[in-house]
Amino acid sequence: MSVKKINEENFESEILNAGKTAIVDFYADWCGPCKMMSPIIDEIAQDENIVVGKINVDENQELAIKYDVMSIPTIIIFKNGNQVKRFVGVQNKNDILNSL
Amino acid sequence: MYRVIIIGAGPAGITAGIYLKRANIDTLILENGESSLEKTDLIENYYGFENGISGKALYDAGINQAKNLGIVVNREEVLKIEKEHKFKVYTNKNTYETEYIVLATGAKKNKPNIEGIEEFEGKGISYCAICDSFFYRGKNVAIIGSGNYAFSELEDLINIVNKVTILTNGKDIRENRSAYNNIEINTKPIKKVIGNQKVEKIVFTDDTKIDIDGIFIAEGVAGSAEFAKKLGILTDKNRIIVDNNMKTNVEKLYSCGDCVGGILQIAKAVDQGMIAAFDIIKNIRKGE
Repeated sequence: MSVKKINEENFESEILNAGKTAIVDFYADWCGPCKMMSPIIDEIAQDENIVVGKINVDENQELAIKYDVMSIPTIIIFKNGNQVKRFVGVQNKNDILNSL
Repeated sequence: MYRVIIIGAGPAGITAGIYLKRANIDTLILENGESSLEKTDLIENYYGFENGISGKALYDAGINQAKNLGIVVNREEVLKIEKEHKFKVYTNKNTYETEYIVLATGAKKNKPNIEGIEEFEGKGISYCAICDSFFYRGKNVAIIGSGNYAFSELEDLINIVNKVTILTNGKDIRENRSAYNNIEINTKPIKKVIGNQKVEKIVFTDDTKIDIDGIFIAEGVAGSAEFAKKLGILTDKNRIIVDNNMKTNVEKLYSCGDCVGGILQIAKAVDQGMIAAFDIIKNIRKGE
């Protein structure tokens, strides 16, 4: 599946109520390390069993505040609507997948 | 413009430089005078020195060898690297552009040993002012550090946040090198960082406290771990991850020597410096 663009309107339906594990990448266009995270997130999204979304923190500041995102990239894993794991900074694909 | 900038002048950096220069590739080596090799008393396990050699003598000989081959070796502190189409390397003296970078800065750790720092990483503790200043608009933040690197981080914060406190953590600071008036310098040694969900206060060893919304770590000289965080280089416990050709996940950025971990030996660093140089030479010849 492709990476979904997540915003304040679709966050609940696409991530919290995804019905499967969801991975969200908080990023910004001006953030250098986020650009390196992007292809890794694209690769993870190939897995049909996971929902993968990207949240632009410039456009969705409320979501960033709600989830205490204070450093980007931040990757949060949700299961059944609950935050179960978070990573700060660029991560290996396998480190993320192994934590699922 | 140089085609390759090597950061670090230990065995890995100098060896990469020698092979690049011999392939006629314009190479600049930047070193800041701080090397773990230099602090080693006597090296008895490296090829060719029948009575051993001191780390300082070997370090100096490496730099002299590079200079004798016509390589420019400058003593400058690298403060920041940016990647756009090419790399921009900012030092305390100059700004350079380059196509390739070899990070060979050694394994020195800059993370201050203060209780709470690891616990609050990403929750008020940041290692990258340019990445994270956005989250501290109008807030009061601190920078832990006292050198050029700390003041470089200050530049990326000062116009966004309300106030910056520079925490030298017991170190002296030569002068307030900043022209801004919304900064304060505090030289007390730090005991710990406390908070609930995120950073709230810094406690000093005299048990006084200050309220703070975020802390940026910029102690000492920026090294491979700091550059990695800012450029998005993949690491494993602060060791830079490289492939068999010493390439990182950032295009045209290589790393070798102690900063990639493994056996921290001169022989290994020399080998990796050569491998990195060979791959760069191959790519340049292919026209990449």
